[in-house]
This record gives sequence, structure tokens and C-alpha cells, in this order.
Amino acid sequence: MLGMQLNDLVGGLPDGLAEALELVDGFDDALSHGFGRVGEQRAAAIAALAGAVAATPLGDRVAEAAAKVPAGSVSGEHLTALAAARSALLGAAHDALLTRLDESLGRTRSPSGPPATGDSSVPGNLLVGCRSWLYELAITGWRGVGHDLAAAGDQAIEAVLAEPGARRLAVLLDGLAAELRDSSPVSTMERLPLRRWADLWTRATLLAEPGWPGSGEGAETVSGRLLPLGADVHEHGTAVQVQVHAVLEPAGGGTSRLVRVSVAAGKVDTITGPAVWGLFQAYPVLLATLAKHLAAEIDGMPLLPGGDLVWQEEKATAAELTDPFATARVLLAGAVAGETPPLDRHPARVAEPVLVEGYKAAKAGGGVTLTLDGATLPFATGRLPGCGPLTPELLAASTACVGLLRWDAGGWLLQPLAVQATVKKKPVAAHNGDWALGTTDPKAAKALAKTGDPVGVLRERAGRLLRK
Amino acid sequence: MPADPTVWDQSSVTCVVPPVQPRKLAKVPFVELADGRLQGVVSSGSDIARVYVSSIAAGSHDFNCSTNNNRPCGGLYGSLCKHLRSLVDEAVVQYGAERVARYLRVEGAETVASGADLAARLGGQQESQPAAVVFSRFLRHLGYLELPVTTAPLAEMHWFPGTVR
Repeated sequence: MLGMQLNDLVGGLPDGLAEALELVDGFDDALSHGFGRVGEQRAAAIAALAGAVAATPLGDRVAEAAAKVPAGSVSGEHLTALAAARSALLGAAHDALLTRLDESLGRTRSPSGPPATGDSSVPGNLLVGCRSWLYELAITGWRGVGHDLAAAGDQAIEAVLAEPGARRLAVLLDGLAAELRDSSPVSTMERLPLRRWADLWTRATLLAEPGWPGSGEGAETVSGRLLPLGADVHEHGTAVQVQVHAVLEPAGGGTSRLVRVSVAAGKVDTITGPAVWGLFQAYPVLLATLAKHLAAEIDGMPLLPGGDLVWQEEKATAAELTDPFATARVLLAGAVAGETPPLDRHPARVAEPVLVEGYKAAKAGGGVTLTLDGATLPFATGRLPGCGPLTPELLAASTACVGLLRWDAGGWLLQPLAVQATVKKKPVAAHNGDWALGTTDPKAAKALAKTGDPVGVLRERAGRLLRK
Repeated sequence: MPADPTVWDQSSVTCVVPPVQPRKLAKVPFVELADGRLQGVVSSGSDIARVYVSSIAAGSHDFNCSTNNNRPCGGLYGSLCKHLRSLVDEAVVQYGAERVARYLRVEGAETVASGADLAARLGGQQESQPAAVVFSRFLRHLGYLELPVTTAPLAEMHWFPGTVR
């Protein structure tokens, strides 16, 4: 990413974005007070939201829902319609942001074709249980959530966790429930994470509707050489996902593709830091590409329309040594990206790999910011995974970064996947996935040795106690 | 999380639950602050197949310790047994002394220095508490490790950034 491109990206917000987010704020505020008793002002905010989608296929349904709001007589169906309206607005915000990013970078996307259809066949009664908790939350509002309501979804969540086809909904609800439990009674909180909780509620409410396509719909089969750029790690108390961004050089030539490989596991809160890699031991090839900086040859793996490569360990072999920085320098600019599936579009989902180099970084106001050709870009220091070697100090000493462009709370951020820095006058490189096969840092290794092997201990306990 | 606190409520990835600290799980595999209690499961030192369910109530500080089959712990003589002491110690490692003390509504929570200090400040007496509930929560906790690893992308996890270093 050149200075000129960065200047262009951060130079201003897309037209209409601020207005769209203002409408979202109105909904989020109403959700915090609950749809059971909406004042005049909040009802007007919901009417404005309905107005924004009036010309879309959602228009009639959302208008009908908004009309029920002042009387406090919204049904579940109405709440789902309002969630869809909020999601459509944020989807449009996503598109505007990504278009600007693509124009700045000169990135091209392969159109994903018609949306996938089909049915993931999650049993309807499981979804009903989840929806009824979500509706109760919305009627009550965050400010009215106490221990009982926070825990009221537990049975539904437990049931949906056991259903492989509903994993997305399950990990989302589980994460939300944990936050509500920890925050209860919410009325005592000084400030609420309004946007965040409304995001989580909205996505869960839509995911709990029947008729979502199964996860493999619309896939093509691809082969070729996979060159990793870096690992993005997502984690909450009971789930962890590693997402490897990579360039795929198709076998037999053709344009390189920008792809993501995901692997996710259930966990518990005490499995954290470098110990999380222990959950992915069944994927030695994938872990080796990260820890040893290797390419992988893949043969006949499904690639979803959004650019997600569905990893199958037996169809991959580790190949030669590669340098993610070299991959980014040589291949990133020409690689074609996937198009995010329509229902997944949201600014929080923007995570575009870029290489930024030749910048000056410095600590600023509790964070770290880089400056390049007069443009500044903050690092997403809230996204430095505990399972890797990157620290704010290292970022401040860095001069090159392979990272993901993110957008949050009104601005762009760079989430580092790997950095090159100068430490004690010596050049060093550090990647999020460096410890995938065990920590290479003596200090982290010592800390890990002190806590023993949490995964092993809990598996032993589970083996002895769970199957009685 | 944005560095600018004024946009905290407009962030999609605000950190709401402080991450817990890693700790050695061999002796006390499970600790939680839930249902108005500090509660957990302590592995027996002598019998590998036996575990103790230990809990301390917030506010009253009434405590109990029994096996998962509801046999009372032999170490309880009107004061905390070694299992309960281990539970407090490990909770302090996992959550930090202040968070545990605050949850238990110990006076001067911010001045609690260690697990032993916290244990010394607890009043309360032995009171029977439901071991089965805690034990089943522990089994549910272990159940997360039985979930199959999946390589289908979970888009929603983008809302949950890795633990902050």
C-alpha cells in the first residue's frame, strides 16, 4: 500500500455513511431501552430507519414493524424485520467502505454470482428457542437485563451448540450470553457497548431464522500453491478461530486469488494465550505453514464464493519455505479478492490484507499509530492475539507490516498480522502464527511451562468424568 | 477497541469481558463467578476419579465443600477446608484478587492482596449448597472441548478479536 493510496483511503468518508450510521445509532439506542416501552423520540428513530429502507424489498415489512413500535406491541416477526433493516443499512455501509478501499488499492473482486440457496436444515425448534430469548432481550432492552434474563438463553444455546450446522449462531449467542452474564445487572453499568450488542443481537436474530444456505453452497474446487500472508485470530471465552489469509496460485496458471483458510474450535476461558494452538493439533500441515513459513500445495479443495477456502488437511502438503512479506510484495497487488456474501456484509467484517512499508510508527495516546507520506493510520492494538509474538512495543519499532485493513468506530485501522522491526539495532520479523507449533520466545515458553498443558488436563478430566 | 474513549459505544469490537489469566489447571480444573457464588471443582489429591465441588456465596460468604456425589468433605470443621482455600487461590490467579473480592462483596475489595488474604476476610459458615448444579456446569464446561473442530468459516467471530496483549 503506497502513501498515495493510504492518503486516498483515509482522506474522507464515503458519502452517506455518517447518515446511515446515525440511523443505526437510533435503533441501537431504542434496543438499549427495550421495544416494550418506546418513547416518542425513539419511535421516531425507528420510523426513520424504516424510511431509509422504504424503497427496498424490505420496505413494507419494516414499515409495518415500525408502525407497531410506538404502542410497544411489536411481535417477534416485527423485530426480525427491524433487524433486517439495520443489517441492510450496515451492509450498504460495508459496500461503500469496501468500494473506496478497492478504488484506493486498485483491488479487483470476482463477482460471486447469484446468492447461494438451499437450507442448512437446522431443526426449527432449536432456532425457535434462540429467537424467543433474543426477542425477550429486545423487548426488555439491555438496560433491563439482569442475571436471570442473561441466563435465560442457556438451554437454547446448549442445544444449538450441539448442532454442527448451527455453529455460527451458537458461537455468537454463546459470546453474547457471556458478556451479558458478566455485565449483569446491566443497569449498574456506566456505559453500554451499544453498537456492539446491537450488532450481535441483529446478526443472531437473522441467523436464527430458518432457511440459511448450508455452508458448502456454491463452492468451486481449486488446486494450486497456497502462499500464506498471516493469521488473524478470533477468540472469546468458549471459541477460537484462526483465519489464515493467503494468496492461491491456481495450478495450470491463471490469476492469483486472495483466499482465507479458517479453523475453529470450542474451548474454555482458561485455555488462552499460546495454549490455544493445542486445540488444532489435527491440522499439522496448516500449522506448519504458519510456524515454519511454508507454502502448501493443495489439491481439490472447495473454495466458497466469498473467498473462503474450506481446508481439508488430507488434500494439502507442506511445500517450500516462503516469506509472507515477499508474497505480499510480489503477489498481493495482482491477486483477485472474493466478494463477501450479501448477508455477511457489515463494516466489522471488512478485513482486507495489505502490505504497508517504509512508515514511521510511534506510540500515541495509549495506542500505536503509523505515518506514511503525511497520512496517519492507527494500529488495531486491540487485535493483537495472546497466542502470538506481536506487542505494541514491537509495532512502535516496526517499519513494515502485513496486516488487515479494518474499519471500526468511525475510522480505518491496520490490524497487524506480521511486522518487520528494528530491535536493539537488529532487524527482526514477527508473525501472529509464529508459535503455532510451540512458542519460540523463551519468556512465553516459561509462562506456558508454569501453567502446564491446560488442554491436556481438561481432556483427561473430561475423559474420566464426562462419559460416566 | 478504539483508543478514543468517546467512541467506545460506537465500536463493534469493544472488549466487554476482561480476559482471564492462564493458570495451572491440574489441582483446580474449574473456577467460575456465577449464580451469586465463587464456585468450582477441585481434584482430589488422593483419588484420581474423585472431585470436590466447592463454593462460597457472595455477600453471606457461606461455604460448602462436598464430593460430586454429595458426600461432605472431611476437612470442613466450621472453617475453609484445603479445597476451598485452593479454590480461592486459583480464582485470584484467574480473575485477579479485586474482581473476586468484589464479586463476593468483601469490604475493601481493592485492598485484597492475595488468596490467603481474601480467605482470611471471609466470614460465613458452612451451609449446604447444591453440588449437583455446579458439577453439571463443570461437565458443560468440559463439553466445549468435545465440540468438533470446524474449517467452515465462522464470520461472526470477527466481532471477537483475540485476547489483548
